[in-house]
Amino acid sequence: MSGGHDTHSHGLNLTLHVWRQKNAQDTGHFETYSLHGISEHCSFLEMLDQLNEQLLKEGREPVAFDHDCREGICGSCSLVINGRAHGPDRETATCQLHMRRFHDGETIYIEPFRAKAFPVQRDLVCDRSAFDRIIAAGGFVSASTGSPQDANALPVPKEAADLAMDAAQCIGCGACVAACPNAAAMLFVGAKVSHLALLPQGQPERKKRVLAMVEQMDKEGFGNCGNIYECEAACPKGISVENIARMNREYLGASLTARPQGEAKAGF
Amino acid sequence: MSTTPTAPKLDSKCPTGPVSERWDKHRFELKLVNPANKRKFHVLVVGTGLAGASAAASLAELGYKVSVLCIHDSPRRAHSIAAQGGINAAKNYPNDGDSVRRLFYDTVKGGDYRARESNVYRLAQVSNSIIDQCVAQGVPFAREYGGLLDNRSFGGAQVSRTFYARGQTGQQLLLGAYQALMRQVGLGKVALYPRREMLDVVTVDGIARGVIARELVTGAVERFAADAVLLCTGGYGNVFFLSTNAKFSNATAIWRAHKRGALFGNPCFTQIHPTCIPVSGSYQSKLTLMSESLRNDGRVWVPKAKGDHRSPDQIPDAERDYYLERIYPSFGNLVPRDIASRRAKEMADAGRGVGDNGMAVYLDFRDAIGRDGAPRIAEKYGNLFQMYERITADDPYKVPMRIYPAVHYTMGGLWVDYNLESTIPGLFVLGEANFSDHGANRLGASALMQGLADGYYVIPATIGSHFAGRKLGAVTTDHEAFKTTEAAVRARLDQLLSIDGKRSSDDFHRELGLVMWNHCGMARSEKGLKTALTKIRALRDEFWHDLRVLGTGEELNRELEKAGRVADFMELAELMVLDAEQRRESCGGHFREESQTEEGEALRDDANYCYVGAWQHTGEGANLSWTMHKEALTFEEVKLTQRSYK
Ligand SMILES: Cc1cc2nc3c(=O)[nH]c(=O)nc-3n(C[C@H](O)[C@H](O)[C@H](O)COP(=O)(O)OP(=O)(O)OC[C@H]3O[C@@H](n4cnc5c(N)ncnc54)[C@H](O)[C@@H]3O)c2cc1C
Ligand code: SF4
Ligand code: FES
Repeated sequence: MSGGHDTHSHGLNLTLHVWRQKNAQDTGHFETYSLHGISEHCSFLEMLDQLNEQLLKEGREPVAFDHDCREGICGSCSLVINGRAHGPDRETATCQLHMRRFHDGETIYIEPFRAKAFPVQRDLVCDRSAFDRIIAAGGFVSASTGSPQDANALPVPKEAADLAMDAAQCIGCGACVAACPNAAAMLFVGAKVSHLALLPQGQPERKKRVLAMVEQMDKEGFGNCGNIYECEAACPKGISVENIARMNREYLGASLTARPQGEAKAGF
Repeated sequence: MSTTPTAPKLDSKCPTGPVSERWDKHRFELKLVNPANKRKFHVLVVGTGLAGASAAASLAELGYKVSVLCIHDSPRRAHSIAAQGGINAAKNYPNDGDSVRRLFYDTVKGGDYRARESNVYRLAQVSNSIIDQCVAQGVPFAREYGGLLDNRSFGGAQVSRTFYARGQTGQQLLLGAYQALMRQVGLGKVALYPRREMLDVVTVDGIARGVIARELVTGAVERFAADAVLLCTGGYGNVFFLSTNAKFSNATAIWRAHKRGALFGNPCFTQIHPTCIPVSGSYQSKLTLMSESLRNDGRVWVPKAKGDHRSPDQIPDAERDYYLERIYPSFGNLVPRDIASRRAKEMADAGRGVGDNGMAVYLDFRDAIGRDGAPRIAEKYGNLFQMYERITADDPYKVPMRIYPAVHYTMGGLWVDYNLESTIPGLFVLGEANFSDHGANRLGASALMQGLADGYYVIPATIGSHFAGRKLGAVTTDHEAFKTTEAAVRARLDQLLSIDGKRSSDDFHRELGLVMWNHCGMARSEKGLKTALTKIRALRDEFWHDLRVLGTGEELNRELEKAGRVADFMELAELMVLDAEQRRESCGGHFREESQTEEGEALRDDANYCYVGAWQHTGEGANLSWTMHKEALTFEEVKLTQRSYK
């Protein structure tokens, strides 16, 4: 392709089956819409903007969906497109998906992320605050604002820092949960556990953290990992399932050495 | 002007004495709140970007009772998450001559001498603690093989003072602050209210005592009472519709506060970033920034001839104009943001732009690839090239990138004193939402620094003066002021719902954005600004007669949300134009065509415009009007000079 865009194409004609649900109590259903002349250069969400503009003109209520940054970093967008969380492209959030990925005459199914722990609030919008509660349970380093030691006082091997950064890139979108047949949150939790366990700053609370986060994860109603790895395939940031393995090791290690209150007093 | 307002007291409360001792001295003189008393004071924080999350966490750690309103389902999604490049600090780790004084000096000069020296010095002073604090939280900054932190030079700075975490510095800093915030939520010290949009400020006896917000899922209009309110709601670049800001970023919080008495500082100061992916069609919903670092190796050019539609590889070097290298032989492609932006516009205006609509210039890596090889270039910019290709379907290894300037940041914002307090007592404004530290132009990697400085270090020290220094009676949400403010909010929502016109709020917003971009964007003139005023007023009138919002207020209603924001942008746009009109000088990002040198460079007028324009809202509706007050700026440490990059 050369510098300019193809100005001759007349755009894509699409049939959309979109999940409509008035509120959390409503059971919801698919509605079908036709869209014409969609430029292949626009993004998937811009295609939905155009659908909404059309619905509004026709006096029908627009489709609600979550979005904000539209560049794959805030983790707001959350659609299941033709059965796949964040659509067909690898390591691509819904908002980064472009219509050139689709062909003229195509039928597209658009649904919200579905999981017991992510209740739908309206149409394609769901509530992912369960993730926040998992972080609140232990996904942090307890370092209150103050005058900590100089940032370079504690060198961190570059390899550890890079691995920690790989895990820290998680955008908290929840696609891993939506893609998992068991609606497990292991990739999300594993990524945060790994990020902090790999750094010296995370050591003091290392065991407490993983136990608390896993406990909260179970409380929120996420499922168990069945080693199917759909999560990694759907993840827009390419978070590796190695993080799940690391979390399991961390958890096992922490469980073995943790002292349940009031017990394990007698020494060996 | 319909009413004669009483002039508010514009006391900056800046300490005096040697600039390096002012913050210390000020902190010493501030009244302290007894530790046992802190839990009696309730702070309401609106917005969870770097400024809001860091402030909320730090104040809760100190023992204050904190509530947080967050527009998203999670505080981690705030707009700060999108910052890419990095954060500045005066650590001088690379031993290249940096210091607090140099960062201070660069920031004052970079802001084209339109910021307060006291504020900027404090910012440079606390910059080092920010890095220490973030590292302590586990923020995975880039490191060298020896395990120490890596630094890079950013935005043409002469020293390497920028800390970064790959291309996701904002994300990692925000996650650090978010995790600190969630820790306090888990401990029960912070009450978090997600999916809340603040729609008005409630004042009692002239003091901010709470807000009215809408719960976005059920539409419930709610009252929140507090002893202090912190607006950390970000910038207003989205007044232009197309910008690099996230879609939810908006001005409503600061605009509503402005209309309740908070003065607005330098509304016209807008930063336009030179390297963004150009607009590709009328469906465009936002613009994507391409990191400034690309200008280290890419060469900017346009065809010499007007309307040359050949593909770039068919245009020989002799017929290309590498205009930045030509005009600025010493800085070349690395001239500051405002200059690079304006020159690109000049090329497009002269009919020499490229791409379908001629609204782009080339950023070409051919020579860099020839010199260093594709693998080396991929190492430096691989992820950026990939991002570009994903959006445009062009491969920058083969075809030059097309770039164009886009609105990126707003230096203007609510006027605050040295304590970050607005002209409404008890209402504090942090981060991009205030006007304070960047003058007429912000340096790259300095917004993250300011947001965290405000939240981690400034407000925890200064908020005590409000609690310890004023008598705050008990106020609950049953107070009459909450009733009347809530009624006003409801009336407004009803009004938006009942117009029953034909055009969507997006449609209006797009048109408003275009007016602003054409007349109050990269170059501003008396004539253009007059035109803009007429157009904005007509459009605002049409908005209130022809807006279409479907559904009700008692449900999740995105069209209603957007309509409220656009309504406020329609008024803010007018104020921006008025401010641009009164400032008949060029400075930083504000370029008045009437005020330029013979070579077309910005010409400041220190004799007449060395002040902050602080606007007071004085009339409503058909009598919408303002009065401007001046806060004079004095420079004791830095000598005012004209910038030169030739
Ligand atoms: C693409 C991009 C890249 C950038 N890169 C850099 C960089 O490399 N270095 C740098 O220093 N700076 C950078 N900046 C600038 C910097 O990111 C911002 O200035 C900074 O993050 C602002 O932080 P904040 O906390 O003040 O506000 P924000 O992060 O904008 O947070 C405010 C939040 O409040 C919400 N809000 C608004 N109104 C309301 C309301 N009424 N009720 C409730 N919530 C509301 C907003 O939606 C937003 O999420 C970049 C900016 C952009 C757009
Ligand atoms: S692990 Fe991946 S898919 Fe899961 S929340 Fe994080 S970024 Fe999203
Ligand atoms: S909208 Fe932010 S990640 Fe998609």
